Amino acid sequence: MKHIISALVENKPGVLAHVAGMFAARAFNIDSLAVGRTEDPNLSRMTIVVVGDDRILEQVRKQLAKIVPVVKVQDFAGQPVVARDLMLITISAPAEKRPEILSLIEMFKGKVVDIGQRFVMVEVSGPEEKIEAFIDVCKPYGIKNVARTGTIAMPRQAKTEP
Amino acid sequence: MEPNSGTSVQAIDESSLKTGAQIIVDTLLEQGVDTMFGYPGGVVLPLFDKLYDAPIRFINPRHEQGGCHMADGYARASGKVGVVVTTSGPGACNLTTGLATAMMDSVPMVALTGQVRTELIGNDAFQEADTTGITRPITKYNCIVKRVEDLARTIREAFYIASTGRPGPVLVDLPVDVQVAKCRADVSAEMDLPGYRVRTKGNARQVSIAAAAINNSERPVLYVGGGVITANASEELRQLAEKSHLPVTTTLLGLGSFDQRKPESLDMLGMHGAAYANYAVQECDLLIAVGARFDDRVTAKLKTFAPNAKIIHIDIDPASISKNVRVDIPVVGDAKLILTELLAQVEFRERKPWFKKIADWKKKYPFSYDRQAATIKPQYVIEELCRQTASDAIIATGVGQNQMWAVQFYRFIKARQLISSGGLGTMGFGLPAAIGAQVARPDATVIDIDGDSSFNMTMTELATAVQYNLPIKVCILNNGYMGMVRQWQELFYNKRYSHSFLSNPDYATVARAIGSAGITVDKKADVPGAIKEMLGQKQPCVVDFRVEREENVWPMVPAGKSLDEMDGLDILERLI
Repeated sequence: MKHIISALVENKPGVLAHVAGMFAARAFNIDSLAVGRTEDPNLSRMTIVVVGDDRILEQVRKQLAKIVPVVKVQDFAGQPVVARDLMLITISAPAEKRPEILSLIEMFKGKVVDIGQRFVMVEVSGPEEKIEAFIDVCKPYGIKNVARTGTIAMPRQAKTEP
Repeated sequence: MEPNSGTSVQAIDESSLKTGAQIIVDTLLEQGVDTMFGYPGGVVLPLFDKLYDAPIRFINPRHEQGGCHMADGYARASGKVGVVVTTSGPGACNLTTGLATAMMDSVPMVALTGQVRTELIGNDAFQEADTTGITRPITKYNCIVKRVEDLARTIREAFYIASTGRPGPVLVDLPVDVQVAKCRADVSAEMDLPGYRVRTKGNARQVSIAAAAINNSERPVLYVGGGVITANASEELRQLAEKSHLPVTTTLLGLGSFDQRKPESLDMLGMHGAAYANYAVQECDLLIAVGARFDDRVTAKLKTFAPNAKIIHIDIDPASISKNVRVDIPVVGDAKLILTELLAQVEFRERKPWFKKIADWKKKYPFSYDRQAATIKPQYVIEELCRQTASDAIIATGVGQNQMWAVQFYRFIKARQLISSGGLGTMGFGLPAAIGAQVARPDATVIDIDGDSSFNMTMTELATAVQYNLPIKVCILNNGYMGMVRQWQELFYNKRYSHSFLSNPDYATVARAIGSAGITVDKKADVPGAIKEMLGQKQPCVVDFRVEREENVWPMVPAGKSLDEMDGLDILERLI
């Protein structure tokens, strides 16, 4: 099962290497890892997507918490969260295909961020499934490049979606 | 030095400012350091210059690995933080085996390493290595200090992290320019560790559940690891075992936490542990693990480990709990505090049938060897050592057969008496660790029980013992093989002794050349006399016992088997 782990870490050199090294050394698999600063300049948040059973996840949480500069660890499994990926994707787009492609982009609420004679670069964000679905529908046109942030997530505060 | 907040930096008399190196030494002294091990080199010279006048006893090993093991042995024997200092690059790299050894066995240590100037870092400068990168997985914590203002705080943090919670080595990398930089006097050196918390007090409810489980158990076993020694909880352990009437088995690192002469002692469990300990664990209905981590050398086949037991696990490291074995009653915290609380809640139960069963196993399967043999049996040497030292020596060991015989045949009676590399199994650990232990305990008899191959790895440190007049004793159980490797090759590789023997020097001659005493023993009848002579020496002394060459360690749980599927029991039975 996929778990989204959120770790608040001290914003210090070496912390990312420490976390990544721990995962490698203990043979835990990272599906994605996203790091960025938080509202506190001394702290960063790492969002790590890990696949494993409950037992592995328990170890992942504990081993993460054991790393000295890791301040707080949360596993979002079983609680409502907002989880999003951001993707930049460059698609082959010759003139005759453009209208179709543009309508697909619109359906996925994507944004064209760069355009050339034979390609468009699109920005899409959303839950991972949406990103995967967009990649699938773009495949027939030819995908030149994909860059993804990996999942970032936050628990939902309100009971219902807006 | 006066605080000078509000004064401009220019107005300060430069000569009144402390250098980074001075701050390091001052902080070490503040942390109570009176002994250090280490080796100088280019980028750590500013620090060594300050150490020249510092009231710190300094021991120079012959190799940084030796220095690191010495700091380790010092820490294990004293309970204090061991401190080792080296230069950058090769000096730091040579620490790695020692750091990994200390990490695996949870030994408090602070390593200080020089580093090239900050502006050269990353440029492949002379003697540059990515020390923090290399040592990250083998330290509890490490960091590089790039601003002189951060030095005092970082070193304080290093000692705090190394010595609290589950202890371990902490490395601080010190660029040379930071050592010579001058520091403003008003810098705060308060520790700042938002991510480091240690839970010491056990959850009261969990403690009560554990106590009830103990009171209700018919066939309990206490399984005790090095954590009890780290927590200085031997006395509480003794009281618990007596008050509640519990048999006690220990891991290798737990030896000494419980007096092995007591009737409740089941001695060591595991791959080469006592048959009666292994049987008891497999048949117990309650396993009470304290400061132990269910290592594979202890559990053997995990799936069938203690199959009938409810498991209580008391440990200060939450990550140790349910890592290998699913635990029923976890209690996270300091062993001393938790055992004290348990003591108040447990009741005496006689458990006659259980103790009877254990007594029968003990009678049937004691550790044994052929006492009638004409050759020198390695086990005989250890028994004789134990007898002549009245179980009162500090024993360091190499790794392999020598180590297993040492712990099977020496009787440990108090904490910090055995100094042995358990988790990492570092050959060559014995001699330097014994030196460190002797530095910590100058009045104790410190004996390194070693194998010839283990001794070969670090024997250069004998010169260190001679230089500092540390009267350690080395008993080499010399079988001319890497004994444990040979044993496995005999048992599992059809006696194909692939590269498991070395041509050894005459150790007594080597020892004498280095300035130590050296004795060779090749007759069984000479063993007691040689040990007596060795123990009478006021200088380092090496005794080369030419033991039976192809003796095996029994019993043995082969890889992949359950803890009670031991080989060699038939051999032991014949020998009683």
